[in-house]
Formats: sequence, C-alpha cells, structure tokens
Amino acid sequence: MTPMAALPDWAALPTAVLILLGATLTLIGALGLLRFDNFYRRVHAPTLGTTLGAGFVLIGSMVYFSVLESRPVLHEILIGVFTTITTPVTLMLLVRAAVSRDLREGKSRAGG
Amino acid sequence: MSAVLFASSLVMSQIMLAAAMVCAAYRMIRGPRAQDRVLGFDSLYISGMLLILTVGIRSGSTVYFEAAMIIALLGFVGTVALAKFLMRGEVIE
Repeated sequence: MTPMAALPDWAALPTAVLILLGATLTLIGALGLLRFDNFYRRVHAPTLGTTLGAGFVLIGSMVYFSVLESRPVLHEILIGVFTTITTPVTLMLLVRAAVSRDLREGKSRAGG
Repeated sequence: MSAVLFASSLVMSQIMLAAAMVCAAYRMIRGPRAQDRVLGFDSLYISGMLLILTVGIRSGSTVYFEAAMIIALLGFVGTVALAKFLMRGEVIE
C-alpha cells in the first residue's frame, strides 16, 4: 500500500517491533484465558492484553502516525488512559459478582 | 525491502490478534459459567479494538481511531452492566 512506502526505515523498524510485541502479548493473554482451569485464575490472563498489549500497539500507532504526518499525533493516549483506568474497575466488579454467586450457591469458600 | 518487512509484520500481528479473538470467542461460547462468558466478551472487544487499530495503521488513515475509541467506551459500559446484572439480577437499582 502507498502510505507505508512513505515511511522512513528508522521509523518503520520500531513501529513493527512495538506492534508485533503488543499482538504477541495479547495472544498470550488470550491463550491463558483459554487454558486456565478456574475462573479466578482465568480472570488474571486477559489483563496482559489490556495493559501491556494495548499499550505497545498504541505507542506503535503513535510513532507511525507522528512520523507519517510529520506532527505529533498523540490522541492514542486517550484509549490508553481509558483502558488502563477501566480494566481494574470492570474486572473487580466481575470478580465480586462471581464471589457472591459462588457463596450464594453454598460453596463455603469461593474459588474452590 | 523495509516496506515489505513492515507490511508482513503488520499482517502477522493481525493474524495473532485474530487468533486472540478466536480464543476469547471460544471462552464466550463454551464458558462453563456466566462470569466466564462476560470475561470472554471483555477480552474479545479489547482484541477487536487492537485489530481495528492495526487496520488503521495498514491503511494509513486516522478514521479507524474513532471506531476503536467507541468500541473501548461501549465495551466498558457493557461489561459493567453485565457484571452488575450477575451480582444482583438487575442492572439499575
């Protein structure tokens, strides 16, 4: 495609490395979500994708568009801040709901 | 040469993000309990948002950024509503 040919080499390499790293971390988190055997273990895995994976992809996108448009493009910070703030909130609400469901069904300790 | 390397690494990261979406969709469909399904949905929309960002990088336009932003906002609202529903049985108390 045409816009990628306009990118100089010194910017293409870090962008490619950052985006590959972010995608790899997201895939590792999703594999953990698939493979762990218990809900309370599974809930830890996808946070790897929402914090580090999204962070690396967003930094790569910032570098790419800043070089391509030759001006600082920083609006990806909005998504980064938003996911970093909201992920703990949603997952703590979800785990509290799971604990209360487990306790309601008569399990003496949640997570068994 | 560098453009080819860049394009192929973008395609590879898109394939990895799609595989992550498949894992999350499997957990959403086959999750043993309702909280596993909500967790799978959360992971699914984050991976989809990152996939849309990589599509935006490949096409070189910033239009895709707004779509990713809206997915992040609405996904957060949806997950919170589902977690509240699992907790009490109703969303707004």
